[in-house]
Amino acid sequence: FPGLADVSISQDIPVEGEITVPVGSHSPDEDYSTLDEPVKDTIMRDLKAVGKKFVHVMYPRKSSALLRDWDLWGPLVLCVSLALMLQGGSADSKDDGGPQFAEVFVIIWFGAVVITLNSKLLGGTISFFQSLCVLGYCVMPLTVAMLVCRLVLLAGTGTVSFIIRLIVVGAMFGWSTLASTAFLADSQPPNRKALVVYPIFLFYFVISWMILTFTPQ
Amino acid sequence: MATADDLKFQEFDDAANLLAANPDATTISIDEPAEIPKNQHSRLQGPGREEDDELLGTDDSDKTELLAGQKKSAPFWTFEYYQTFFDVDTYQVLDRIKGSVFPVPGKNFVRLYIRSNPDLYGPFWICATLVFTIAVSGNLSNFFIHLGKPTYHYVPEFRKVSIAATTIYAYAWLVPLALWGFLMWRNTKVMNIVSYSFLEIVCVYGYSLFIYIPTAMLWIIPQQVVRWVLVAFSLCLSGSVLVMTFWPAVRDDNRRIAVATVAAILLLHALLAVGCLAYFFDAPELDIPAPIIPAHNGTTVVTKSH
Repeated sequence: FPGLADVSISQDIPVEGEITVPVGSHSPDEDYSTLDEPVKDTIMRDLKAVGKKFVHVMYPRKSSALLRDWDLWGPLVLCVSLALMLQGGSADSKDDGGPQFAEVFVIIWFGAVVITLNSKLLGGTISFFQSLCVLGYCVMPLTVAMLVCRLVLLAGTGTVSFIIRLIVVGAMFGWSTLASTAFLADSQPPNRKALVVYPIFLFYFVISWMILTFTPQ
Repeated sequence: MATADDLKFQEFDDAANLLAANPDATTISIDEPAEIPKNQHSRLQGPGREEDDELLGTDDSDKTELLAGQKKSAPFWTFEYYQTFFDVDTYQVLDRIKGSVFPVPGKNFVRLYIRSNPDLYGPFWICATLVFTIAVSGNLSNFFIHLGKPTYHYVPEFRKVSIAATTIYAYAWLVPLALWGFLMWRNTKVMNIVSYSFLEIVCVYGYSLFIYIPTAMLWIIPQQVVRWVLVAFSLCLSGSVLVMTFWPAVRDDNRRIAVATVAAILLLHALLAVGCLAYFFDAPELDIPAPIIPAHNGTTVVTKSH
């Protein structure tokens, strides 16, 4: 091979680097053990984190705080309160009534898991629990809508009450979808954003439908 | 000693152009063995079956089959394996939906749109949307029909969601499974040109259900005539997509079996539509003012027809 005669590998390419592992704390919290602090501090820290996330949902901006430190306390509280508030409506009829507690629970959690799997299968870069966290926290506007609906239904069940409930639920549905899309759509490749947003739309639509069709005994 | 000119890479024509120039040339494909019978079969039929090429898309099916063999190579227990079934972009999903709603006569849906990239996104989410659309529309339609009656108390009928989900997902997965098994069995008896993989059949069925979503929304209109016209119309559209997909796969078989297969496909499709209409949507009541019949003891009886 005549052309290869002048190719040679240099024997003295310098190799440099470090092979020491840096030892030290990653964040200032780990300087001291949290085992000795008062219980109130522990609980307040978690409550503050949950509260901060609720505020983030109320004013959705593209901040990563919701994604970085995920927790599922908020979604659990919201899901349980929503399922509880959906009880007591036509619940005494044996069938064809409203959704039972277990049905609401399963729809919310199973729906969130399916949407998360869907976005991961489409090539999303968000982690499983981060996505569950976002979808769960964004149920908050709909829980507020349920509360408002129950209060409105105490006043009456006529057409006016229905129109008020329709407007409130519609507005909250839009808010939920926009809030969760603001957090989740960035982690998707750009030519598949609509494919990821649509199931989220369907998920909140089903929850809104359950809230809107709630009729008391 | 070889000169530089002899070592220059020779340009070969595209395989398709070579084959078009000389259709009877022997072709050797180093892909799956299923390729070779397909080429031999189309050679033997001659120019009389041009419609086959349109339906089969044989001009680049070789390339797509080769690509398909290279794509799905991850073992089935890894996450990447399932990611290959969601390898679609937004515009591809929209194109496939458009292809199922506006069937082009003579074009095979699978060859035209799927092209060895079957996806599970479309079938799954179209079925989910259809389930909730039917449940919600049925609930709304019953509400409007019974509105104003003093004895009517609105119930959300949430049980029907689970019934709808079971029915539609069973149809979208079990019928393709049965059809695929049947086609595989017939393939051992009769050499067919066209054979579909299980996922391609699931894909066709899933996308063909899309037309029922706007149909279910329009079923809220409480007129029986309108509803049945909608059933016929949507059945024609999605049924034609299914027929044009599966007719080439059974055409070479025994005439009666081919016709029976296509008839069974259409019958099941119709059964789904009619069953959903009958179960989820109450019949709108006819508001014909009934004649007042004076009874012999002086009281009047007013009858209302249902």
